[in-house]
Amino acid sequence: MSVELDVFVGNTTIMDKEVYQLWLNGYTVNDAVTLRIEGGVMEECEVLLSDTMDQYRTFQMCERLLHHPAKLANQLLFQIPPDRQAMLIERYYAFDDLFVREVLGKKLSKGTKKDLDDVSSKTGVMLKSCRRQFDNFKRVFKVVEELKGPLVENIRQHFLLPDQLARDYAAIVFFANNRFETGKKKLLYLTFQDFAFCAGQLINNWTLGAVDNMMEDMDVDLDKEFLQDLKDLKILITDKDLLDQHKSLVCTALRGKTNVLNEMEANFKNLSRGLVNIAAKLINAKDVRDFFIDLVEKFIEPCRSDKWTSVDVNLYLTHYTNSAHILDTFKHHSVWTRYMGVIKSCILKMYHE
Amino acid sequence: MPGKLKAKIVAGRHLPVMDRASDLTDAFVEVKFGNVTFKTDVYPKSLNPQWNSEWFKFEVDDEDLQDEPLQITVLDHDTYSANDAIGKVYIDIDPLLCSEAATVISGWLPIYDTIHGIRGEINVLVKVDLFNDLNRFRQSSCGVKFFCTTSIPRCYRAVMIHGFVEELVVNEDPEYQWIDRIRTPRASNEARQRLIFLMSGELQRKIGLKVLEMGGNAVVGYLQCFDLEGESGLVVRAIGTACTLEKISTLPATATLPSNSSPSKDIKEPVFGEEGPGVPLSSGPPTPLRAQTFSSFSPSKSYSRQSSSSDTELSLTPKTGMGSGGSAGKEAGPLKALLRQQTQSALEQREYPFFTLTSFPPGFLLHLGGVVSARSVKLLDRIHNPDEPETRDAWWEEIRQEIKSHTKALGCHAVVGYSESTSICEEVCILSASGTAAILSSRFMQDGPLETDHRLSRQPLVFSTGSERVDGDMGSTASLGFEEMVPPGCEFCHIPYDELNIPFPAQLTYCCCCRRYKVPDVLFTTIDLPTEANITGKGCLIQARLCRTKKKAQGEGNAMAISNLLPFLEYELHTQLMNKLKLRGMNALFGLRIQISVGETMLLGLASATGVYLTALPSPGGIQVSGKTPSDITYEQHISNMQKKINDTIAKNKEVYEINPPEVVEEIIGSPIPEPRQRSRLFRSHSESSDEVSEIDLSHGKKDAFVLEIDDTDAVEDIHALLTDSPTPAGFYSCNTEIMPGIQNWTSAIQMFTSVRVFRLNNVNLTNQGLNKVFSDLCENLLKSLYFKLRSLVPCCLCHLNFTVAIPEDELIQVAVTAVAMSFDKELTLENGKQSGDKSLKKENDEQLQFNLELNAEMSSSNLSSPKGLTEVGSHPSAKDRCSSWIEQLRLKAHTIRRGSVKTTSSLEKASPLPEGRSRSLRSNRSYSGSSVAVVRMTPLSFIPGAKIIKYLGIINMFFIRETTSLKEEGGVSGFLHTFIAEVFAMVRAHVAALGGNAVVSYSMKECVFMENPNKNQAQCLINVSGDAVIFVRESEVEAASVHPQSAATQTSNGEGT
Repeated sequence: MSVELDVFVGNTTIMDKEVYQLWLNGYTVNDAVTLRIEGGVMEECEVLLSDTMDQYRTFQMCERLLHHPAKLANQLLFQIPPDRQAMLIERYYAFDDLFVREVLGKKLSKGTKKDLDDVSSKTGVMLKSCRRQFDNFKRVFKVVEELKGPLVENIRQHFLLPDQLARDYAAIVFFANNRFETGKKKLLYLTFQDFAFCAGQLINNWTLGAVDNMMEDMDVDLDKEFLQDLKDLKILITDKDLLDQHKSLVCTALRGKTNVLNEMEANFKNLSRGLVNIAAKLINAKDVRDFFIDLVEKFIEPCRSDKWTSVDVNLYLTHYTNSAHILDTFKHHSVWTRYMGVIKSCILKMYHE
Repeated sequence: MPGKLKAKIVAGRHLPVMDRASDLTDAFVEVKFGNVTFKTDVYPKSLNPQWNSEWFKFEVDDEDLQDEPLQITVLDHDTYSANDAIGKVYIDIDPLLCSEAATVISGWLPIYDTIHGIRGEINVLVKVDLFNDLNRFRQSSCGVKFFCTTSIPRCYRAVMIHGFVEELVVNEDPEYQWIDRIRTPRASNEARQRLIFLMSGELQRKIGLKVLEMGGNAVVGYLQCFDLEGESGLVVRAIGTACTLEKISTLPATATLPSNSSPSKDIKEPVFGEEGPGVPLSSGPPTPLRAQTFSSFSPSKSYSRQSSSSDTELSLTPKTGMGSGGSAGKEAGPLKALLRQQTQSALEQREYPFFTLTSFPPGFLLHLGGVVSARSVKLLDRIHNPDEPETRDAWWEEIRQEIKSHTKALGCHAVVGYSESTSICEEVCILSASGTAAILSSRFMQDGPLETDHRLSRQPLVFSTGSERVDGDMGSTASLGFEEMVPPGCEFCHIPYDELNIPFPAQLTYCCCCRRYKVPDVLFTTIDLPTEANITGKGCLIQARLCRTKKKAQGEGNAMAISNLLPFLEYELHTQLMNKLKLRGMNALFGLRIQISVGETMLLGLASATGVYLTALPSPGGIQVSGKTPSDITYEQHISNMQKKINDTIAKNKEVYEINPPEVVEEIIGSPIPEPRQRSRLFRSHSESSDEVSEIDLSHGKKDAFVLEIDDTDAVEDIHALLTDSPTPAGFYSCNTEIMPGIQNWTSAIQMFTSVRVFRLNNVNLTNQGLNKVFSDLCENLLKSLYFKLRSLVPCCLCHLNFTVAIPEDELIQVAVTAVAMSFDKELTLENGKQSGDKSLKKENDEQLQFNLELNAEMSSSNLSSPKGLTEVGSHPSAKDRCSSWIEQLRLKAHTIRRGSVKTTSSLEKASPLPEGRSRSLRSNRSYSGSSVAVVRMTPLSFIPGAKIIKYLGIINMFFIRETTSLKEEGGVSGFLHTFIAEVFAMVRAHVAALGGNAVVSYSMKECVFMENPNKNQAQCLINVSGDAVIFVRESEVEAASVHPQSAATQTSNGEGT
């Protein structure tokens, strides 16, 4: 005797959050049943099996709609209360930080998708789940690539995601588009949230949309004009007077406020050169990719080896930024502010003591 | 040319990609009605076309309007090859033909294709302009309202219940026509869908004509079925109950509702308006008031208009009755007999005194005899002339006659809760009909509306007109006689047959409620529990399941074998039911539905019912196990173990279902009837024989059903079956009737669902016992799954839990169930209880109120009418006073009602605490604004808890076929059926929303025929669903806001329609 067919359809579609999560995590029906039995929902295997299969089927049928969340609201096939719809979408688009860290900045191409089994075995996230997450990234990327207007807002409207999740996706899209290098050994200590924060800073300040959000070309690409202007900052390191003047201003201001003043003084020129060089090189796409690795190598590592605290870094960068404005021969105040504002918050976020 | 049908195609959305090259579609629409077709322009390269067409106008006969559906086909334009069909929408125009139903169909409807399922949606507008046609010989019956609901619909009042209407039409099944060999599956499916649409339209029109002939304006309890007879054709048949309904205007009621706190005059009106005398059931808790509103004293609108006709009518009937009065009911006295006589004569004029209703206006149902059923096995042959479906008609005629004669044997004159069904396997067909024999009041069956309140209010009037003195006298006595029949909650249990002439061996005792009339020891019925019934504890679902193997045979021999098996099957089902009933300590079954399904090598029987403990009936005895050879000691022990288990189960069940019959009360009264047997039976371990058996032509004879002899292997199985029935998990109740006896405070959370399972019996050589076990497990597991699925709704009750079994092919058993889970509030009762002192006090008060009314009504029997009441009489002295005059009695009554109404309204408020009500309405608001799709509720019940149905928009009757040739790709059989059922729900919801409705009530899935061929990767499924589209408003919303409920209603409907 065997069950040939077994379905349950409710007028209001019944969806169990727990089973949904198991499905999203990529468990097979049988594994899910085992986990549920262990979870103590119910002992009877048969009942659980039937329920789990049913739910899985429902999710599979819904998946098509979840690819275009706006459709979920005006489709007729499933009657799902709005709060449930929101839950379905949010969880479907949720991702594992571990996983995203692996693909962050990589091209969302078929090639990357092929390598997902490695990612899966490395992160412990099931391949099925990896694929879903990867496809989500790709889908969001494809949709917003073509759209005008603010990136986060576009994502939120098109995929009906909650604010934080939309921001994270914006970061992922942004990283993928600019192909930032995040996989180098030196960057491994950084979490996805660190990068997401930095991406937010870059999107809000360095893209074209940051200046004029009605522009055709939007938030995904950095403002070329601005990058061009960054070259002018080189004067800060090429002009010896200016560099010395800058150094003395900063050191005067810092006196008595920190324990690592000597190190700061000794390293000033190196650090300043590092930051300004990063700025000057950003016009090259290749150097954009190395933005984060550069930040770490040129600034964060020297500071860390000198045992600066976050407070020290903050102090230093604040005065470093402000002092430049007092320099009489330095003219590029707005570009400097726009550049250093982002650099400062990124470094602070990336500076793990 | 009495009608103009207008249709406008607005837009489409979510269309499938039809052109691979461009990933787009060039869609256009064909609109067809009858033989006329219109086309829209092609809207190029879009998946969301905006046609915004002109109004397409069809000028047609109203006969065609009733028969034909509007057919909308969406196609993809192709310059070089033939246009590809995307899908179709059939729109039933019928709801637009009735002035009281919907006025426009407007909304997004799914575009359906029988191979691909739903493929996008189309926005259409459909209207009908009807011209009045007074042609007497017309063939149409526009304007007759149809309801699937098996009670008087909520916002109507029954002026008259005319009786049984039936019709059947036959045709060749397109699937079996020669042309089917050369056409595509899609074409064949569409031909079938269209044909069935046409046939059911025609059927409905013909039934409507019969109703008009009878002078009615509506069909209630409309039940339409398809018989797919294969080679021999397609039969569409329907039965229903013709009624004259009158709309209760909700306007005055709701308008005065907010002023509840003002003096009694204001209160009286809503009492009438809100509940209406004809409304038999109310969605909320049956507070005492609701049970009694039919006798409310407030003047009704119809009174002045109709009183004259009922007067003349009254003056006539007693005269005819007088001659033969006094013979029938011994205890009832001549008055009752007279009334019975007159009803009988009214009924006898009808060919079939059958009623498809399962619940009735209070006072309509007088006595219940028991279940009557008839079955016959027929061999199908090709229907040669579709216009003369005589054979099928004759078959049903035969069965109905049999039912009629069974009814007579039970001393009854009518059948209520009547239904018909078939089971077909190859060329053998089992026709079944069943119902409950009953004696009805003449109140709703004569030419004038005889409402109780009319009689009461007319009283002074009659006395004052001297010229009509004789008539007046008669009238008054008749009224008196009638008053006596106001049910004290036990009357329907009293036996309708002659005690000395019992048609079957039954154990009669005196009614435990009134102690004046005889009642049987168990009562089986096919109807819902009457609202006025006195019950103890809660009810529960009881199922008997049986499987019998059968030899493969052909033709006549096969039919013979089946008809030989049938009686045994029924007998065993009956025994099982009886045992399970006893095991739960209950004494009555409601909503009994026995389904027998025939397959090539087996017969399947499934009986479902809701067991309750009727206070009026004696407490059931237990079950005694006995061995034939009581010599062996271990054996004895085994038996006594078994016995202990059974006794424990009974005790546990009594606790679970809160069955503690008021035995104490009996002692207080000092039982007026000296009856030692009554005492002893409480301790006796087994009770006597059952009734009902003979109605299904089975007599238990001398054999006592409740001594289970252990020597008998069958009996061992039976006992095991009894004890292995897994108990419902905590927090769950289940029933197959409309409402769960004993539960009242429903919350608004409802969840309708359909579940289908198919089992394959791999082991071919199963014995009967083995098969039984498999089948029983199948049902039990299905139930278990349901409970698990719906655990989030706990505490909740699965209502209308009806199983449908089928044997789709050899070795396959299919079980389908559609039901609704409704959660209820345990806390609420407690809170309420606390607010009015304490729980028990509150309950007592209610009962007391009820009792008062009963007492007043039943003037002559005021002392002994209810044992429960008697203990409480002291607390309410006025009830003790005997009223000497009618006027005084009326005053007292009016007074009580007024008090009752105050009480109810206040308790109603408590029942839905404001914060909760607010949040609920807020939530619903949000859901409307939050998603663009209107929420449509579906329920197999006739009501929606916590809500009021303000309009019936028409009947929904849809038939779909789905076929696939890529079964694996669609997720196997389960994936395929899951999608299809979801699609059917979606289409029902969309059509209801397009009519402006927000719910379907009395929804049912009549047919679910599933066929598969996994080897060919193919499957096909046919589903037929029906229900009533309605607009409802939340009770909290009605109370809270609406100054103009009407406008609020239109607002909601607008909001949802778009």
